[in-house]
Amino acid sequence: MKGLLKLTLLELKIFAREPMGLAGTILIPVAVFIAAGKALGPRVARADPAAGDFVMVGLPVLAALLIAFSAVLSLITIIAIYREGGILKRLRATPLRPHTILTAHVLVKLLLTAVTLALLVLAGRRFYPAGLHIPVVPFGVALLVTTLSILSMGFLIASLVPTARFAQPIAGLILYPMLGISGLFVPLGMLPPAVQSVALCLPVTYAVSLLKGILAGEPWLAHTTDLVALAITFVACTALSSRVFRWE
Amino acid sequence: MPPSPVIRVSGIRKTYGRLVAVDDVSLDVLEGEIFGLIGPNGAGKTTTMECVEGFRKPDRGTISVLSLDPVRDIYALQHRIGVQLQAAQLQKRITVWEAIDLWASLYPRTVDAEELLSGLGLAEKRDAWFMTLSGGQKQRLFIALALINDPEIVFLDELTTGLDPQARRTIWELVRGIRERGKTVFLTTHLMEEAERLCDRVAIIDHGRIIDLDTPERLIRRHCPECTVVLTTADGAAAEHFRGIPRLVQVAADGERFTLRGQGDDFISEVIQCLSERRMRVSDFRTLLPSLEDVFLRLTGHSIRD
Repeated sequence: MKGLLKLTLLELKIFAREPMGLAGTILIPVAVFIAAGKALGPRVARADPAAGDFVMVGLPVLAALLIAFSAVLSLITIIAIYREGGILKRLRATPLRPHTILTAHVLVKLLLTAVTLALLVLAGRRFYPAGLHIPVVPFGVALLVTTLSILSMGFLIASLVPTARFAQPIAGLILYPMLGISGLFVPLGMLPPAVQSVALCLPVTYAVSLLKGILAGEPWLAHTTDLVALAITFVACTALSSRVFRWE
Repeated sequence: MPPSPVIRVSGIRKTYGRLVAVDDVSLDVLEGEIFGLIGPNGAGKTTTMECVEGFRKPDRGTISVLSLDPVRDIYALQHRIGVQLQAAQLQKRITVWEAIDLWASLYPRTVDAEELLSGLGLAEKRDAWFMTLSGGQKQRLFIALALINDPEIVFLDELTTGLDPQARRTIWELVRGIRERGKTVFLTTHLMEEAERLCDRVAIIDHGRIIDLDTPERLIRRHCPECTVVLTTADGAAAEHFRGIPRLVQVAADGERFTLRGQGDDFISEVIQCLSERRMRVSDFRTLLPSLEDVFLRLTGHSIRD
């Protein structure tokens, strides 16, 4: 436990020293969110219902998911670099338990996600048209569930990618298309049936449904399916990656 | 009482798919000695060492380290051994002190970290990022991490590979220092000079098998008993005089320079005796003794760098 705390704080410190680390993870999503709000805001004022819906619900969910994705991509890259550099192996040759080493990284990513989300909420209050209300605690919990589930997919990808060079592009190729057919941009019902059935097998679809619902103030019970789907993803990916994870 | 073995390896075999990395390797490492596993890259050194450290489970055979099973008792063992891994890195932007401090927090009993750093010449580098350290400094940091828990056995895998001769010598001194503090050192190297200068006993490994195991001196005497004297003399009858040396095998002349090859411990004395009896004046005299490199070449039929 002491080792976990120490390692987590240390990894956080090391991450903050990366030139692009903090900027890429925290500042860019916030900046994109503000810019999009500024650009689309006036159309909301003109009462364009489609744009309004996207700004009020779609955009916060998109921003939240992009934060989660960037945390996952960065986790995958770090794991790949650590593995290739022999850092994982070196840490494993200490009394640190393997799961402690990996949990420290997950905690760092969750913390960064939380900080970014908090900044987004503040930016939303400051820069978005009146009426954008984010139920902070429920939305935060929903995003935590989502992020854990997507992180577990990330671990599975990190267990399988051959080299650090390919880690990020491969993970991006797997994750971003999931977002495209998740129902965030185009309602699921408007997608071709084949694409719909693919979308229903992907965890991101459930994440979008959960985040949108919680943002709109719907009760948790209305999203049991989403929660179960995300939990299954988490359990399955964690179990699988603990079997296939390579330390070197 | 002779020192007792702290590591016992008997008959281990390890395969990766169809590749047999280690085949029927047996060895004992005695308490307080520097034991070297030497051989070319890919000979099975690291695999053997990682089996002993508990990182890999051999397909066959048994290993006992400090009377523990390295795979089953890995966590108990990790408190009592120190490990330096081949080609390992740390986080690019971790400082020397942060690494030491993290490692120190993981063990119940540690040595004084400040003392350890200054002993390894790293005190000035305590706030430097890992990525800014030179190769020699990185290796010294890895030695520090391997020593932080005051281990009974220290494992060093290809410790000086890639270092310049100066840094290498510094590291050798440090390793001797480890032995002087009563620790046992188990190291691998493909540098024969390193093994010869550093190790009390070495095992020569090639293609996953141990070919011979002994002190460097005994290995050389056993496998390469010949030695060579190179001298320069203007004496016209030199070649004739030299032929009278009992243990001479071959003499070759290149102008005034003679190369004499002979066998046995007394050969050099016989050459000196011949020079003094014949009152020959020499302007240069050198002896070339066989090294572990020659032993390796003789035993395997190929150079260690092939």
